[in-house]
Amino acid sequence: MVLPSLTDAQLVARCRAGEEAAWNELVSRFSRYVYGIAVQAFRLSEHDAEDVFQDCFARVYENLDKLRDDSALRPWIAQLTRRLCIDRLRGGAREQPAVGEEFLGLAEDSMATLDEAMTVHEALAALSGDCREILDRFFAQDQSYRTIGEALDLPAGTIASRISRCLSKLREALEGKNPGSEAV
Amino acid sequence: MAYDEERIARLLKALPPAPEGWVRAAQELPRSRQGLDEIVARAEADARFREALIADLESALAAEGFQPDERTLERLRERFSS
Repeated sequence: MVLPSLTDAQLVARCRAGEEAAWNELVSRFSRYVYGIAVQAFRLSEHDAEDVFQDCFARVYENLDKLRDDSALRPWIAQLTRRLCIDRLRGGAREQPAVGEEFLGLAEDSMATLDEAMTVHEALAALSGDCREILDRFFAQDQSYRTIGEALDLPAGTIASRISRCLSKLREALEGKNPGSEAV
Repeated sequence: MAYDEERIARLLKALPPAPEGWVRAAQELPRSRQGLDEIVARAEADARFREALIADLESALAAEGFQPDERTLERLRERFSS
């Protein structure tokens, strides 16, 4: 089984068994999430965000055996990152504004959006390599049609239609994951 | 929850990649931990090496052929600071 297609619980089991490739996949799978929480939700500076990022994965590595429900990896990582960000902000309170209730409320809202974005990324991982690449480059990496065309060896004029087709596929994949979503 | 394409696009934009160097450093964690454990075990077994680490961490490590990354060095500094 290819590592990106493993569930979080399967990935955790392989990491516990000391499989290096599984650890690489875990970091790769959650790197954007941890980065997003630190930089977007808690608005840490790049320097503080890097410390939080490395601390977070170090703690995940050290405490993976203590995770009670392997399928709860994502919420566990989210809470770990959240705590590290708050500690970092409180520790540097002299240089940064205090962490008030209002700030925390906004951070929680932003974390909810990032959690939803992770769901979309999980669905993206199930699409073909071409679609994954093109959607990620265009939306998440903000690349132009020209850059994408050059990187993927595609005529720039076909990029827009491919993006549209891949978005439709992603939508179908997401709605497949959420039966009954059409009725909402 | 319904997903229209505009919403999907917004959510894709919400997760840009983390800097490559950060990801690589986190992926190397098991190897750097192994290196750290090796150095600590050696220091526990060898008093002269331990003293050398306390006196001048970087030189003692280099003399023994260890090349720890910055995070491992930080942990060793915490442990063997003079």
